[in-house]
Parts: sequence; structure tokens; C-alpha cells
Amino acid sequence: MKNEDLIKHVKGESKFLDDLIIPGGTLHALIFDSVIAHGKIKKLNLEKAKSLKGIVDILTFRDIPGKNQIGNIIADESLLAENEVHYVGEPIAIIVADTLETAKRAKALIDIEFEELPVITDPREAYKSGSLITEPVTFSMGDVDDAWANCDLIFEDQVDIGGQEHLYLETQGALSQPVEGGGVKIISSTQGPTAVQRAASKVLNIPMHKIEVDVLRLGGGFGGKEDQATPWAVMSALAALKLNIPVKLILNRPDDLRMTGKRHPYSADFKIGLDSNGKIIAYEVVFYQNAGAVADLSTAVLERTLFHATNSYFIPNVKATGISCKTNLPPNTAFRGFGGPQGMFVIEAALYKAARKLGVPKYELQEKNLIHENDVFYYGQLAKNVNSVKCWNSAFEKYSIHKNIEEVKKFNEENILYKKGIALMPICFGISFTSSFLNQASALVHVYTDGSIGVSTAAVEMGQGVNQKIKIATAETFSVNISRIKIESTNTTRIANTSPTAASTGADLNGNAAILASKNILDRLKKVAAKELGFNDAGLIQIKNEIVFYKSEKTKLKWEELIWKAYFNRINLSSHAYYATPDIYFNRTKNQGHPFAYHVFGTAVIQSKIDCLRGTYEIEYVKAVHDLGKSIDYKVDLGQAEGGIVQGIGWLTVEELVQSRDGNLKSNSLSTYKIPDIYSAPQKIEVHFLENSENDYGPLKSKAIGEPPLMYGIGAYFSILDAMNAFNKNIDIKISAPVTPEKVLTTLYKSSKQLIPNES
Amino acid sequence: MIEQISFILNKEVISTGINPALPLLDFIRKEMHLYGTKEVCKEGDCGACSVMVGELKDGEVVYKTVTSCIYPIGNVNGKHVVTIEGLNSGDLIPQQEAFVEEGASQCGFCTPGFIISTTNYLVNNKTYRLEDGINSIAGNICRCTGYSSISRAIENLINKLNEKSEGNSVKSLIAQNVIPKYFANIQTQLREINSSGTLNGFDQKVFVGGGSDLLVQMPDRLLEKNISLVSKEHINFIEEEDDKIIVGAGTTFEEFKNSSIIKKYFPKINNQLNLVASLPIRNMATIGGNIVNASPIGDFTIILLALNSNIELRSSVTGISRELSLSDFYLGYKKLNKQPDELVEKIWFVKPGGEFYFNFEKVSKRTFLDIASVNTAIYINIENEIVKYCFVSAGGVAPVPKYLEQSSEFLRGKKITLETVFDTLKIVQNEISPISDVRGSAEYKRLLLSQLIKAHFIELFPGKISLEALI
Ligand code: FES
Ligand code: FES
Repeated sequence: MKNEDLIKHVKGESKFLDDLIIPGGTLHALIFDSVIAHGKIKKLNLEKAKSLKGIVDILTFRDIPGKNQIGNIIADESLLAENEVHYVGEPIAIIVADTLETAKRAKALIDIEFEELPVITDPREAYKSGSLITEPVTFSMGDVDDAWANCDLIFEDQVDIGGQEHLYLETQGALSQPVEGGGVKIISSTQGPTAVQRAASKVLNIPMHKIEVDVLRLGGGFGGKEDQATPWAVMSALAALKLNIPVKLILNRPDDLRMTGKRHPYSADFKIGLDSNGKIIAYEVVFYQNAGAVADLSTAVLERTLFHATNSYFIPNVKATGISCKTNLPPNTAFRGFGGPQGMFVIEAALYKAARKLGVPKYELQEKNLIHENDVFYYGQLAKNVNSVKCWNSAFEKYSIHKNIEEVKKFNEENILYKKGIALMPICFGISFTSSFLNQASALVHVYTDGSIGVSTAAVEMGQGVNQKIKIATAETFSVNISRIKIESTNTTRIANTSPTAASTGADLNGNAAILASKNILDRLKKVAAKELGFNDAGLIQIKNEIVFYKSEKTKLKWEELIWKAYFNRINLSSHAYYATPDIYFNRTKNQGHPFAYHVFGTAVIQSKIDCLRGTYEIEYVKAVHDLGKSIDYKVDLGQAEGGIVQGIGWLTVEELVQSRDGNLKSNSLSTYKIPDIYSAPQKIEVHFLENSENDYGPLKSKAIGEPPLMYGIGAYFSILDAMNAFNKNIDIKISAPVTPEKVLTTLYKSSKQLIPNES
Repeated sequence: MIEQISFILNKEVISTGINPALPLLDFIRKEMHLYGTKEVCKEGDCGACSVMVGELKDGEVVYKTVTSCIYPIGNVNGKHVVTIEGLNSGDLIPQQEAFVEEGASQCGFCTPGFIISTTNYLVNNKTYRLEDGINSIAGNICRCTGYSSISRAIENLINKLNEKSEGNSVKSLIAQNVIPKYFANIQTQLREINSSGTLNGFDQKVFVGGGSDLLVQMPDRLLEKNISLVSKEHINFIEEEDDKIIVGAGTTFEEFKNSSIIKKYFPKINNQLNLVASLPIRNMATIGGNIVNASPIGDFTIILLALNSNIELRSSVTGISRELSLSDFYLGYKKLNKQPDELVEKIWFVKPGGEFYFNFEKVSKRTFLDIASVNTAIYINIENEIVKYCFVSAGGVAPVPKYLEQSSEFLRGKKITLETVFDTLKIVQNEISPISDVRGSAEYKRLLLSQLIKAHFIELFPGKISLEALI
């Protein structure tokens, strides 16, 4: 089905925030931020900067009429720093000028003095000094302490995982316009319009109904605009209302990279115990999450790390503890996978280490421990519709994995310069916001008198194709041509109290709501049709491809005429409907419950090749069997899977965030922070969607697709390690992601202390 | 004095007195309100701002892709600039169709850039090969798709167009809907613009080559000073003269890469230079710019050092020129043996002859389109099994692009043996002083350079130096 959005994209006609025609007189805002990671503001003098021609105002926290507070889960985040700064890039003032160039010149004229305080960037160090976001959280099942005695083999180690910059191509930004009555309209590049509205209401001290937030589309979000689009939107609104003129605030790339949070880096300690058959008996893990300076979404992210600490495996005794550590870095935030990938990475590292020690292939341990139907997830949910083994077996069959493993072995025997590695990566990802209350959505559907249809929901389109899916779901519900449907912008005045478009739930929640709203109208239309055609039983009316059927017989009544008749008969052609995911709950005292509507499963096989002289590598292929339920739009789903895989690989291979000890980001541009290009993406990606999978919780029996495939990228990491072990089976590899060419080379040659290896 | 810049933007002839240092992107978006061209990094690293630039060469219009965010508008004087708006016609053009069909666009922010690069490839080549097609878009970054759908789109497109095989004359491209009809008049229009006498050379105060690095490093300063840009036309050439090969400082990386003279002497270099920047950057960045920029890691500088190159500087005030060896040009970190009024005019090196070997190695975090952690080049001339002379250079291991003088000297008169290689490695380590930075730790850079020096010998003397002994 043609995706109309794409037609606009390829013509460059899609409008993003920076492409909108701005009202005359619109002013431009630039953020003045902290250059140190921790300290007291001793002096802030704006006079010189303010006196520059073209500078309209420079706002600080003193200009805030309401509360200087935008914390979402925990109220610990000020919009603008007051007396103290906690990370490099923390906003202090908003410079408003006639042009950005003027604002830039003014920025250089601001006079500020700090008294520097000690800086912590390492989560373990933060933990030691008691610098935490909240109390540690523990999930458990069985009794690990007792279980160790029953294990034949026990291994412990430490794992370090790097963060990841979202690098949405469109930077953060907003355009705010004052409206009559002291309100404001904010056009924001956000995944969470209501989050913006709520924070703005608090800061501006005006009720939420006076704030209209509108989102047309985002140039990528990936979680980075779930909570962190809020500050910029609120700042532009603050300036717009104070000055009573539209204000546009778009971060330039360096500002965006410096000021916004990333995927959380983690450090973890694990202990894993197995019996002599390779069954995991017990697993204990402590996660040290690097949250950055304020909570943002860190506690929720950490919770999902715990939920996915056992990935696709059933383990009878588990204890997982999460510690959210406060450091002097920008607040780390949501990023595709939302903590799940880090949780999965650690258990995969544990299995890798165990397999190495045992001298068995890792995939044998993985296979033995896969979760089965009616096993219990360690957070108390009964495993239902489990497709882990199905995906695993199907992948082995489809991709002749055993044969590939043999071929890799042979290749490694015959080659010196290059070694290949192979890894399997099963995934299991729970779908639903783990904060159960967020699992609600509503939709507003209008059928216009010409038969065209407008659909509003809470879903924000950011490239994931949610608009296309909702369009298809609506078109199928009415059984009309898809060209009749338009998905409207996401707008808080049309759809109130939205949940952010996140947790892969955008299509599920909003698609279901749109279907419900459409059905309401459809039912009314059927009655109109029955009356019009002179039948009593509206239940026997159907609409198929815009034609009314009675008892499966075609009638002469068609869609457009039917709509017109309905209008004439004063029948409501609009509907607002509400959907809440059934059956989910979670008890936060016991940390047990049924937090997910369902799980997504899959298995990927990944092969890579390293150059043992230079330390470079390439990913040769990623092939996955992925459980998607029934696909609503094959191309959208395939694209999500492929894109997620490459993003996951990037996270664990080339994407290295480099921070100095004083909290400065060194990888602060696209020339120093490298995301995959077309050549570093795998040479081949093959994704096969598992057959005969259906899901009662998803619209049109589908399953969510946004996040899960990213986690196949973890397999790329372990395939590279496998290749390194083929070069030298004795090297002990420290598990530290990303595995950059530097790490590969220095690990391959670390046994010889001198810089010229093998010199005799 | 305000100079006029005259060019064609899509269909429209533009004449503007705007500051020639202004990035073309800002003109397109802010002055012309054409919003299809996107800004993402503003430093030439993503391709979202790509546009086609066509200029008359031997009477024909030749197009190339450039990243408009670091392309000074002064450089489009007398040329044709094509943005995505300039490609749109009522229906989707085949490039656009192919992307839509494969879902090769998600958020859409990168997409216009990809369409531009793809179109430029179609316009520039007679026959289409997937590999080249991919290479032409390799400077475009996409965060959403993972590139698979984009590769499929390019493949389908190429297959479809090859099937028809109507060639790539403007006429046939128009017939196939690859470019809109107005392209047919561009040649005539450009001739008119170029003969109208408005295209005076610019006032030369600061000498910017392609501008690709300067506009990244100090765009605001360039604008404030109202600096003019030197038109590079008369300084891009590659010639053979007696025993020398002479390269004009304004020669772009891509011109160097594709030069038949260079290819004749260094048949493998064309491939190796794929590791150097992306196509749009290679289209803009000049050899002279790379030399003067003095980055300790500039790929071209490293290559030229290993060719034992000399440079010729000329004062724009006195007109006096002088010559010095490239290795003497670097005094310290970003410190050059050069007066402010001096301009690098040309670079020359002796034609390789006899039994000679050349190799270039580079490792970066990301293999392509990334700045090296360490790069190195070697040139060896051998007579009767003995090294007659040799030049080795390395980047990323010193404050300057480093000519490894002692190592090069050491190799002279030696036989290529394993022992020679090991001895060389020791000397190399004594000659370098890498520091830890975002591209790697000092320790890593030391190890890496040793590995790459080994790689030189493995690549060049596979019969003499076995892999087993060095891995
Ligand atoms: S904006 Fe990234 S290359 Fe121009
Ligand atoms: S489609 Fe979003 S960056 Fe390419």
C-alpha cells in the first residue's frame, strides 16, 4: 500500500518544525548553558549582552511566573539553573533576539563566574559516595542465596556498557505563539505533547486548557524526544508569553549533542550458576545505571532493565538489583529499548563467559535455557503465547545455522589475516508501558460529508509509520479506500491527556482507539443503511469496499451516498473513543505482577569478520526470524526491523561516547561521534516474520515492532568476540561495549606487553 | 565593493550581492525559502543538505554533489544549483518512485539528500552499477532505515534504467523523467551567464580552497570579516612535466582520484582514496586546503608526504614565489612555514619510476567517511633487491602530519626482510609522540601504527614478508 507520507518525503515537501513559515516578527532564542559540570553560580551579569542591538531579552529563572520545575517522574529538574549547575550544557538563560546571529554574539558577552565543585561521571563512584536518584530496586524470584549450593559451576564478572546518542536527524525545537486570553500555542518536536503541556502549565502558571501543543511529525525521535523535548518547548513558550510575540527555539547540532541526555551507560556485576547440563540455576545481577544529573525517566528505564534481565530465558532463581546513580552528566533518557537492551546485554555476557569457561558453544547454553509456554517470568507474569523456541528453531532451519557454524570454523582454520565469528541472539521484549496507567489512548474520528475521513490520535509520527498503520486500521474498519483517510497532526486540544508515543505502543494503543471510534460511526451508518434500504436488521448490513451489502448481497448504496444520507438524517458522523490495555497490573511493593499485555520474540544469527592485523571488522550478515503477529504494513515493519538492527549494532560497535573526567563531551559532533553509514551497516540483513502468529492485543492482530529488533544488535557484539577468540582462544576479553576497532586491536595484542607483538 | 554572484538555482537565474562566504544552504533555506534541503550537522558529515552543482566544462554541463552547508555561495558563481525542488515534477521521478516502493524513507529528514545524490549519479554516469550507485550515496547518513531499503531502492532503480539503456544524454534523461525538462536549457543559460562579464575573480584576502574545512571551523568569522573566496578555477590541474607530476593546489580530492595521470602511476590509489571522505566532500575539498589546514591526520597530506612532495608558495602581495619540501612546511601543531599573504599554488613530486611500491593504510572508528585514528603511506624504490630510497609518513601520531624521517633513512640500502621490518618498527616508535584523544588512546595509536607499517610490507611484498610471521 502506498505510503503517502513517503511521497512527501521523497519530494522534500514534508514539513518539519524548521520548515514552517513563521509569523512575521518571530524572535529567535538561543540557550546560554553551563560550561562546567558542577558548581555554584557566583555571578551572572547580563547587562553587556542585553545592550547589544537586536537583543530583545535574556530570561533567567527569575522570569518564571510559576514553578521552575519540569521533572516528569521525580520533581528534581529545574527549567533554568538557579544557584547551582550540575552538568555541562545545563540551561541557565534564554537569549531572545531578532536573529540567531545576534543571539550568538550576545552569548559571548554574558559574564558568569562559578565556584567549581567536585565532578562525578562514573556511576560506581556515584554509588560509593551515596549519590543516587532514588533507593535501589530489587526484583527477585526463588532464592539465589540457597541456589548457589545446587550449582555445579558459578561464574562472576563485571560488564560495562556505553551510552548512545540518539542522533535524530532533526534536532530538538519548538515554536511558540501567544494566543488571546493569556494562552499559548506550542508547535513542538516532541513524542510527548501532554508532557510539554503539563510542564508548561506548571512553569507558566496557567491551566493546561490554555496551552495547545501541536506536533506534525518528527525527523526521528528514538526516545530522545519523549521527555527531553519538553525543556525547549517550555522555554520558547516562556519567552513568547513574557514578550507577547512568537519565539522559535531550535537547538543547533552542537547544542543538542551537548545539552541532551543519551541512552544510559551501565556498569553491572553478575553471578551466574549452572548445573552440569548447562541449565541456569541461579542468576544475580546488580546494575549501576548512569542516570546523569537529574531523574528524567531514569527510574522507569532502570525498571525495564530489571524486567529484561533474563532476556528470553527461564531461570528459577533470580535476584536483580537496579541502582540509579546520579552523576554530573546531562540527564540520560529514553532510547529505543528503554533499558531493556542493557539488561539483555548483561545476561548474554554472562552466558558468553560461562560458555567460554565450559568450553561449549554459547548457543548451546542459550538454546537449553529458552523460556517455554507457562513458565513464569521472574516478575510474576505467566508466559503465554511464547514463541521463543519456534523462532529459534525456525531460524536454524531457514538460515542453515549449523552449516554456517561449520563454515566459519573451516574459514578460521584456513585464514590468518581474517577471522570470522558467529553469534545467536534470541530476544524477548515485553509490550506495554511498565507504568500501567500510561496504557491508555483515545482517538477522534470525523467522517466529512464528502466521505473523506480525518483521524486524530495521540500517536506522534516520527518515521516509525504509525500514521500509515492507523490509516490502514481505519480504512479496514470502514472498508473504504485508504485515500479517503487523513491522519491529523497530534494536538492536545483535539486529544487530551495523551501518553507519549513510546514503548513501541504507539500503533497498539492508538490503532485500537481509532478502530473503536470508527466502529462507533460504522454502527450508526449501518442503521442508516438498513433504514434507507428498508431492512429492519442493521446487524446484517456490511460495508465492503465502499459498497453496502445486505446479507452478503450487494446493494446499490455506496459510501458517499450513505454518508450524505446519514448527515441529512442528523446522524453523528464523529466519534471519540477510548482504549485502555486490559489485564495489566504491577505491584510495586512486591515487584510482581502482569505488567505486559504480551511479549515479542525472535532469534537472529549474526556473523562478522575481523581483520586481525588492523583490528577492524565488518558485520557480514544479520538474519532474523521475528515474531510480529500479523503485519499491518509489511514494508513499515520490515523497515523498523532493519533500522532497529543497525541502530543496535551501532550502539555496541562504532558509536562511542567519549566524556572527559570533568564532564565534557568529547565526541561532540558528527565527525567524532560516528553512527553507522551504509558501508558499516551489515552487508546483508534478512528478516523473516514468524508465520501463524496472532496477537489479540494488537490492532488487526499485530504486534509492536519499534523497539525489539534493536536488541538483535547485541548478537553483533558477541559475534565479534567470537571472531577474536578464533584469533586467540586464550585471550580473556573484558566485556566492555562498544567494541571499537581500538578495543579489538588492543585486546588481540594485549598479552604481549611490548608494542610490537610477536617480536622475538 | 559588493560583487554579484550569478547562478541558476533550479530554473531561476539569481544575481545577488550576498556575502560570498555564506554557506549555500543558508541562502537556499533562509533567503529562497526552499525547505527541502535539510540542515543536520552543518559540517559536511551527513549529506542531508546535498545539492547538485553543475558547471560548464569544455562546453558541457558537468554535475557534482556537494554538501551545501559548508559550500560557500561564492563558489556557485556561474553554475547551476539543483535542490530537491528542482527535481520535482508532477509525478514521482524514477528515483523517488524507487525510494517509495522500497520504503527507503522513514522520518524523511535524510531523504531529499539521498534523492539528490542518486540523481547526480544517474546524470553523471553512462552505465549504472550497483556498487557505484551505493558509493555515490555513501556520504548520506540515515538514522532510521539501516540502509537496507535504500540499497534495494538503488538496485531496483539501476536495473530498471539499465533495462531501458537509453544512455545519459540530457535528452534521454529527460525522456526517462530522471530530470525535468528545463535541464535542456541550462547549458545555453550557463553560457550566457558566463559570457556576460559579471564573473570577475574575487578580491583575494583569505584563501579558501573548497571551503570544506574552513566553513566548519569558523563560519562566523568568515562572515564577519566579509572575506572573499579565491576562485579555484585556474589552480586545479594535474600535469606531467619532465620527470615531475605537478598538482594545482585547487585540485579537488575527487579530481586527483580520477586523474588519468595519477591512475597511470598509482593504479590502486583510486580504490584506496575511497577511504578518504565522502564523495561530496571529495568534490569540494582541495589538496591545497588539506595541506594548509595542517591537520595532523589529513589523508592527502600523508599521501603527499610519502611521495616526497614539494610545494610552491606565492605571495599575493609581492608575487614572489618560493619552494620548499612539504615535510618542512609543518613547524608545529597547526603552525606553518608560511606568511599570511602566501598562497599554496602547486604541489609537485617526482614521477615514480623503476621498481617502485606505494601503499596507503588508514584505520578509523568507522571504516569509511571517518577521520583516521592513524593513517600512513609508504613509497619504496628498489634496485637489485635493495631499497634505493623510501619515504614513510604517518598521521595521528604527532602534532603535525609526520614524515618519518629516521625510519625512511633507515630503510635505505636495506633488503626487505622480516628483520628489516622489525627494526623499522622500533625506529618508528621512537619517532612518534601520539596523544590520547577522541580518536584513540596514545597506546592504541602506537600499536596501530606498528600494525599498519606491517600491513605496508605485507601488502607490498607478499612473497618476502609472510603474514604468519607478522600476525
Ligand atoms: S548538514 Fe550535514 S552535511 Fe550539511
Ligand atoms: S529516514 Fe530518518 S534519517 Fe533517514
